[in-house]
Amino acid sequence: MFDMLAEMFSYNFIIRAFIVGTLVSLCAALLGVTLVLKRYSMIGDGLSHVGFGALAVAASLNLAPLEVAVPVIVAAAFLLLRLSENSKINGDAAIAIISSTALAVGVVFVSISGVNTDLNSYLFGSILATTTADAIMCAVLAVVVIIVFALFYNNIFAVTFDETFSKATGLKTGVYNTVIALLTALTIVIGMRIMGTLLISALIIFPALSSMRICKKFKSVIICSGVLSLCSFFVGMCTSYSLDTPTGASVVIVNAAVFVIFWIIDIVYSKVKKQNKL
Amino acid sequence: MALITIDNASMGYDGKTVLSNLSLNIYEKDYVCIVGENGSGKTTLMKCLLGLIQPIKGVISFGDGLKQSEIGYLPQQTLIQKDFPASVSEVVISGCLNKKHTMFYSKQQKETAARNMELTGVYKLRKKCFRELSGGQRQRVMLARSLCATQKLLILDEPVTGLDPMATADMYTLIKNLNSKGITIIMVSHDVNSAVSNASKILHLSRNNYFYGTAHQYLHSDLGKKFILSDCPCDDCRHRAKAGAHNV
Repeated sequence: MFDMLAEMFSYNFIIRAFIVGTLVSLCAALLGVTLVLKRYSMIGDGLSHVGFGALAVAASLNLAPLEVAVPVIVAAAFLLLRLSENSKINGDAAIAIISSTALAVGVVFVSISGVNTDLNSYLFGSILATTTADAIMCAVLAVVVIIVFALFYNNIFAVTFDETFSKATGLKTGVYNTVIALLTALTIVIGMRIMGTLLISALIIFPALSSMRICKKFKSVIICSGVLSLCSFFVGMCTSYSLDTPTGASVVIVNAAVFVIFWIIDIVYSKVKKQNKL
Repeated sequence: MALITIDNASMGYDGKTVLSNLSLNIYEKDYVCIVGENGSGKTTLMKCLLGLIQPIKGVISFGDGLKQSEIGYLPQQTLIQKDFPASVSEVVISGCLNKKHTMFYSKQQKETAARNMELTGVYKLRKKCFRELSGGQRQRVMLARSLCATQKLLILDEPVTGLDPMATADMYTLIKNLNSKGITIIMVSHDVNSAVSNASKILHLSRNNYFYGTAHQYLHSDLGKKFILSDCPCDDCRHRAKAGAHNV
């Protein structure tokens, strides 16, 4: 076991992927709680499709992938929020429109420029994709996400729990919604390369849902979600290394397994509680 | 001086005017009930008072040092809150955020939250999960939160919707108590009979028309007569009822 870990971490690319992945899992788990509770679970999915489009365009025009993807995804995040505030198009419909359009644009660009080999790694992630420069940028972005989240924690809780009340008592809800969208966009961008555009949204949704099964306080949901996400990423990565399976997919499967376990714990626990009452 | 002065204001949303030429004063320690049919503009007026929307015409001004951000507001519960994982004390203290805020809640804010939980009788539940409470308990928690945001004025949006008769009576007693402690109450309600027996003043909104006066005056007004099914207990009315008048 320890030999395997030692061997695994002797590769530089694995260390890079591990650092980026750990930070992304943590960011995604923190934001995920808010997004799931605000009924924005699919926003991660929509944004990652936009990310795919941006990466494909960047690759075919020989531009640096992250520098194109970051502004595009941030812009898409704002657009999605605006669209869902205007009740003419529902939030879920807005996400469906934007994500399928972006996916289509991406696929067309990839096929025109003829770099088909990369398509798979964009969609499902590749552990080899992170360069050292990427890793540094990811680390900086992730630290920013975590610090901003900690600073605004109480306000984020208030806006998530009851937006109207917060607005009526003078909290700038628009600002906090923008902050949340911005942080989500950044998290998606940095996680996309390892996890893949189709799988990154799992990192946002699963830890939050799992911890909401058993935790009763907002703070414990957040902490539990972060810890679960970190553990799942670590286990998923080791599994992927030892069984030679794709990293992103392995991490998602571990997350899904954790969710099922927590679900069962919740069911058993409430049954026991009911019987004790009788 | 009046706590709230509405001067010849028109209000509406999406370019539609639902209330026009409304003028009234609300004084400290008033207990005002806003009643009226669906679509008569109760919610629109409330949103204007809270500053969520601006009046189309005219002004709403606050006196006695009341700031718009210092109005306690009890909204109707949303779908999101039904399965929200948060403890009672987390919910209540989030009402303090309109005061000066640093990264952590101050000792003073924690004391305010505890005091208001005592006041609404949910202090014992403070470590419980919000989603596991009964409807009446949840409403008390939300009331404690709105008290954290204010010392002067509470605006309540249909506070007894979905509560059983016992919880409804408890809620009305609680609101009455708060009012007697000096907090001005503005309540939007569909429950006209309770409004008349609890509130000191009634604002009845109707299309192109409104009534604002004491509960007793309301029972004798044209709008009130249409809306109230029970009799007014005053001598004048009993006399008329005996003489065969209906629906007085």
